Amino acid sequence: MLVFGAAVVINRNPVASALSLVVSFLALAALFMSLDAYFIGIIQVLVYAGAIMVLFLFIIMLLDLRAEELRKINWIASAGGLAVALALLIQIFAVVGRLNVAKQTFPPLTRHVLSGVEGSTSDDVHRIGLLLFDNYNLPFQIIGVVILVATIGAVMLSRRETR
Amino acid sequence: MVTLGDYLIVSGILFAIGFAGVMVRRNVIIILMALELMLNAANLSLVAFSRFHVDLSGVPNYNAQVFVFFVITVAAAEVAVGLAIVVALFRLRQTTNIEDISTLKF
Repeated sequence: MLVFGAAVVINRNPVASALSLVVSFLALAALFMSLDAYFIGIIQVLVYAGAIMVLFLFIIMLLDLRAEELRKINWIASAGGLAVALALLIQIFAVVGRLNVAKQTFPPLTRHVLSGVEGSTSDDVHRIGLLLFDNYNLPFQIIGVVILVATIGAVMLSRRETR
Repeated sequence: MVTLGDYLIVSGILFAIGFAGVMVRRNVIIILMALELMLNAANLSLVAFSRFHVDLSGVPNYNAQVFVFFVITVAAAEVAVGLAIVVALFRLRQTTNIEDISTLKF
């Protein structure tokens, strides 16, 4: 996953970059499932690897980007950006290395399945749905308004000027 | 055994890759992709902590997963608007390179 994540940044060709991002997202979904978050993993595959990446690839094809190969790299700016990112990485390593919590393994799950379906071993969707519509009802409605505003904004931005 | 720290390290590396991408790359579309990488790094650490905090009845803490759900939704909306802006900009200037878009630069 990290290799393909790095490939997103390193590749000069935007299409190759987008395809590496797809593989990176799929591997991340596998990591989510290894953490027993099946619902989040499936949402990751559907929304990111499905919808968002199709959007990216569509825009790349639409704009027909090829001019970037000719441009020479601004080495000072690149070195500065890499230095800041490295400093951030070193800080993260230091913090996680000192954290005592980080050295513990994950506790085992001893859940009894909430939904009464025979033979089901996971009830992620059930529990997340309960929480979403119960405790987080207002944020859920607000997120609906956010999506509506984003849709209207995208349509307004991408229509041609007709004065 | 895999510890919580392993997932946090992977999440940190992924965030650093995304951050380096935003700083180094000059193409707006690649910058948007690197932003997605950073959001996903945050999601990974949220899910890891959710799995780590198992409560008394033996289930993970689902509050974090609901939060990840919201983050994914906002990321989708953000990408839609961002790519619409890129298309509008490309129509105006015929470029997606941020060196050529310096109208707001002081």
